[in-house]
Amino acid sequence: MRLRANDTKFSFLHAVCPLNLFAMSEPIPPPPETRVLLRTQGEWLLVELQGAWRIIETRPSWLALLAGREPAQVKLVWGRLDDWDSALLLFVFEVRQWCHAKKVICDLSALPEALQKLLRQLVVVNETAMPSDRSRDFLTMVGLAAQDLWAKTKDIATFVGECVISATNLAKRPHKFRWRDCLDEMQQCGAMALPIVGLISLLVGVIMAYQSAVLMRQFGADIYVADAVGLVMVREMGAMMTAIILAGRTGAAFAATLGNMKAGEEIDALQTLGIRPVDFLVMPRIVALGVMMPLLALYSNALGIFGGMLVSRGVLDIPPAAYWVQTLTAIDLSDISTGLIKASAFGVLVGLAGCHRGLRAERSAAGVGRATTSAVVTGLLLIIVSDAIFAVMFNILGW
Amino acid sequence: MNTTDHSLPAIDVADLACGYSGQVLIKDITFQVKRGEIFFVIGGSGCGKSTLLRHLVGLNAPIAGTVKFFGECFNTATSDRQREMLKRIGVLYQGGALWSSLSLLENVMLPLEEYTPLDAAERAELACMKLAQVGLSGYDSYYPSEISGGMKKRAGLARALALDPAIVFFDEPSAGLDPLTSRRLDELIVNLRDLLGMTCVVVSHELASIFAIADRVIMLDKQAKGIIAEGDPRVLLTESKDARVREFLGRGEDAQTAARQNQPSP
Repeated sequence: MRLRANDTKFSFLHAVCPLNLFAMSEPIPPPPETRVLLRTQGEWLLVELQGAWRIIETRPSWLALLAGREPAQVKLVWGRLDDWDSALLLFVFEVRQWCHAKKVICDLSALPEALQKLLRQLVVVNETAMPSDRSRDFLTMVGLAAQDLWAKTKDIATFVGECVISATNLAKRPHKFRWRDCLDEMQQCGAMALPIVGLISLLVGVIMAYQSAVLMRQFGADIYVADAVGLVMVREMGAMMTAIILAGRTGAAFAATLGNMKAGEEIDALQTLGIRPVDFLVMPRIVALGVMMPLLALYSNALGIFGGMLVSRGVLDIPPAAYWVQTLTAIDLSDISTGLIKASAFGVLVGLAGCHRGLRAERSAAGVGRATTSAVVTGLLLIIVSDAIFAVMFNILGW
Repeated sequence: MNTTDHSLPAIDVADLACGYSGQVLIKDITFQVKRGEIFFVIGGSGCGKSTLLRHLVGLNAPIAGTVKFFGECFNTATSDRQREMLKRIGVLYQGGALWSSLSLLENVMLPLEEYTPLDAAERAELACMKLAQVGLSGYDSYYPSEISGGMKKRAGLARALALDPAIVFFDEPSAGLDPLTSRRLDELIVNLRDLLGMTCVVVSHELASIFAIADRVIMLDKQAKGIIAEGDPRVLLTESKDARVREFLGRGEDAQTAARQNQPSP
């Protein structure tokens, strides 16, 4: 029995078009259904496979073909097959599995040896492949997380300890310090960051001046904009903005560089030469950041105050000289030095975070990416936390 | 580390267990490498060859057992002492592992700079000589990113040789090299041994190199999690009692089975 007799349609077309207009056009692919012919022969349901089977096309569904029939015995027959690939294999497998489930006899002996061989491989895979259970219960997860946290804490403590030992060693023997690398890094993280730090600081100064101008004007206290901008810039924003820029710019670069060096076994090569990676790679970078950060913060302070001056001149009509004199009365050396102490600490922290993440990166491209992300996030977190500690500390000290 | 006492073996490994984060990958590793020997660690992919190497040179701490270089225990020594001992050991990494921010000359000069009292001119001279030894004269000022994989490997070897080490470890020296370059590297290893009396430990699965230059091999196996054979590879190929060893060395063909099949049936 044929499911759909398309052949008759074809001959009909040929009959009405004697010129055979269709001969030149692309052969029309047979609809999917014609690839399987179902015939009943006594107890047997004969399934004849024919046509072209390609994995990129939709294959006929066995259940749809059956359409509710419940044969007692199924036999697959090799018909006029033009071409076949895994699509046919999957179909035969589907039939076999269905027969298996329904306890129906399935005769595959008429199929060629090649297909049977492939089918056996598929059956083996299907029976042996057990999806492994990777889920864990709640307590195990808590335990693992706690172990992980402990290991990470220990790791960070070890790293900081190594840095301290290395710093004392290098202080005793300064000729062992990689001065050239350190100067290179200073160039990279200091001089090269001037444009971006300058632009951002100037705009921060402008924004603060605008915001405080709105408030001050109501009291006729326009000139105190200089106090607000000067104090906030020098005590807080200068160091903070510089640190945030360098966390994104330099901390990420440290992590990526060291992570890549680790992936390329360059760190191993240092270790097997008996050179401590911390001495060789970490110290020059941390010193570079610790030195350059206060300098950049000072530069940032100047540009922030300059930004405030511009707004005062343009919007509030305060002459620059008056603004400058007012700024000088508002800030003193202790304000500037607290900012610079903070900047130096931020520099060391950003450097530590970047180098630590880089040295602990996994040996792969994705690992380096994660290390970089984590370096920036850790750097920012350390900046904010330490800033809060500094705020409390300076308050107690009365600086 | 007494390199003058010639009765001591260069490397003495006893009951070593290696693995990462507490999980044992290979265990009960015991072998000795004689002075001036070219010793191969062989085995299929994933059997722990490179892991063993990392544990031997101290990049990972062994789970159990001891590693002795010239009679002195390495893995239980203090880290300062370990660094001292590592000066007499060179390692050639798979990809060369050159420091990418330094030129080839600076790469080779760095160990000299760290550990020798030589002045700058002498260091440069010596480094140039080491580069010439591996066939890289004229490439002194190149950076690692500017040269090919084979050249990186050779430059890495020049750096490993900078301090005239007593033992050199090679991690898959012929991986990724064309047959000719790989052969040159083999010849270089033999030359080094003959000229300088270095002990060479090579991790490899390159059969051509194994048969060409190995004095002795140990074979690791993933299932056995340890050594399954030790000896001269040419002898092992035909006479090993373990079919896995004969098959590996015969590139999938077992010499004994073949011989049995060729025998005329009575």
